Amino acid sequence: MILPLLQGLKITLMHLFKKPVTLQYPDERPNVAPKFRGLHTLKVSHDRAKCVACYLCPTVCPAKCITVEAGEDANHDKFAATYEIDMLRCIFCGYCVEACPVDALGMTQAFELASYKREDFVFTKERLLEKK
Amino acid sequence: MASTETMTINMGPQHPSTHGVLRLVLELDGEIIQKITPHIGYLHRGVEKLSEHRTYHQTLPLTDRLDYLAPMSNNLGYVLAVEKLLDIEVPERAQTIRVIMTELTRLKSHLVWLACHALDIGAMTVFIYAFREREMIMSLYEKISGARMTSNYFRVGGLSQDVYAGFEKDVREVIDTFPGHFDTYEGLLTKNTIWLNRTVGNGVISAEDAVDYGITGPALRGSGVDWDLRRDNPYSGYEKYDFQVPVGKNCDTFDRYQVRLIEMREAVKIIRQALDSLKPGPVLADAPQVCYPPKESVYNSIEGLIHHFKIASEGFAAPEGEVYQGIEAPKGELGFYLVSDGGTKPYRMRIRPPSFVNLGAIEKMSKGSMIADLVAVIGTLDIVLGEIDR
Repeated sequence: MILPLLQGLKITLMHLFKKPVTLQYPDERPNVAPKFRGLHTLKVSHDRAKCVACYLCPTVCPAKCITVEAGEDANHDKFAATYEIDMLRCIFCGYCVEACPVDALGMTQAFELASYKREDFVFTKERLLEKK
Repeated sequence: MASTETMTINMGPQHPSTHGVLRLVLELDGEIIQKITPHIGYLHRGVEKLSEHRTYHQTLPLTDRLDYLAPMSNNLGYVLAVEKLLDIEVPERAQTIRVIMTELTRLKSHLVWLACHALDIGAMTVFIYAFREREMIMSLYEKISGARMTSNYFRVGGLSQDVYAGFEKDVREVIDTFPGHFDTYEGLLTKNTIWLNRTVGNGVISAEDAVDYGITGPALRGSGVDWDLRRDNPYSGYEKYDFQVPVGKNCDTFDRYQVRLIEMREAVKIIRQALDSLKPGPVLADAPQVCYPPKESVYNSIEGLIHHFKIASEGFAAPEGEVYQGIEAPKGELGFYLVSDGGTKPYRMRIRPPSFVNLGAIEKMSKGSMIADLVAVIGTLDIVLGEIDR
């Protein structure tokens, strides 16, 4: 009757001498996978966002968290005058990236998105632009 | 003679061992349970109704959030139902990867069950160990799909993308460690006197009652009913794999524990067989009216771009009709019933969640036992409230 308990104790004692697996977050950083679906980013090419305001991402978004408004630039090209993602609504499904026909949208490894104010969760175009 | 009266108390919704926001109203005679009334709905998000306003494609991420401990199983059930409605043939490679992922999901879900079940009964060590192993599967999830829990990896017609190079090696490395881990859990629990006292003879439900209540999954097999959809109604190529379906004898919590442990060992075997049979090939069906075209054709050709816009902006229309597809999810039979009126959105989606049906038998299993034993019964039913409330 006492024997199985001692055997269990043996298992736990053996674990005592193993290397701990705990990651001391935030002092140690986790290895985030390259494919990770974190904070969005608007890709930049020739010093401007690649986005052409085609409205596919707000269309496929199941959470309806993307707001795009198209504008016309000096060359009469369509561009996104407004591009906002409401991170409080976003479910990080990655459909917007999948739907983008010009590879203008990506998702980064950033996962720490906490903030103090509601307004701070609405990511405007300036905040989403790719940092190089 | 002293007269006694029963007392009504609430267990939950904020009780640590109700596995979510489940509220049980108990009628007690001393410590003996007379009546249990489950109150559910605290986690209701209206997934079924939401799906009526979303395309078939957009409904998929909602299914991740049903049984959030086994997201890929939910994805599989849903995409199989839609594929059945559309009558699409999925490529073999996609089917095999789906099997690998859902069996990993089974391991992941059962690890949480084991961890929480043991923790509820007082064996905290198992909880820590099982979560350590679950983390390995979560990392695999992250590498493959990009998310640790809400994977959203399968697509109608196949997979969202092929697996990364080195996937087979990574999966093999993870599953090779598992038989040793199972021995650890068994060493801590199977012969442990306290564990036996808490589980043997507790929560008994006869095979006949289990069938009458519609219980499915390990809870049904623990009662000795030999029924597993993977073997008896195969989908996604399960007929190709050789695996055992464990059944219990004594219909109690301990038998269900053993059934689930053997199931985990079998899951490892299925993953090995699937990895051995994995061949290169496409991972998306040849169904241009349903699936996105490859990105190269979108970027480089006008036909591809138009095709892409058509699918992304409208979705795809499903023929009029209704289908039901059930799969053997870790917790039991997960079924998706879809009605289509010929449009791009489901006219009606009904989910048959295994946890919800299994929870219905809780009074049958616990009536007349002590209140402390109810905690073990909730654990052994392996319910998840995201799925019950939907």
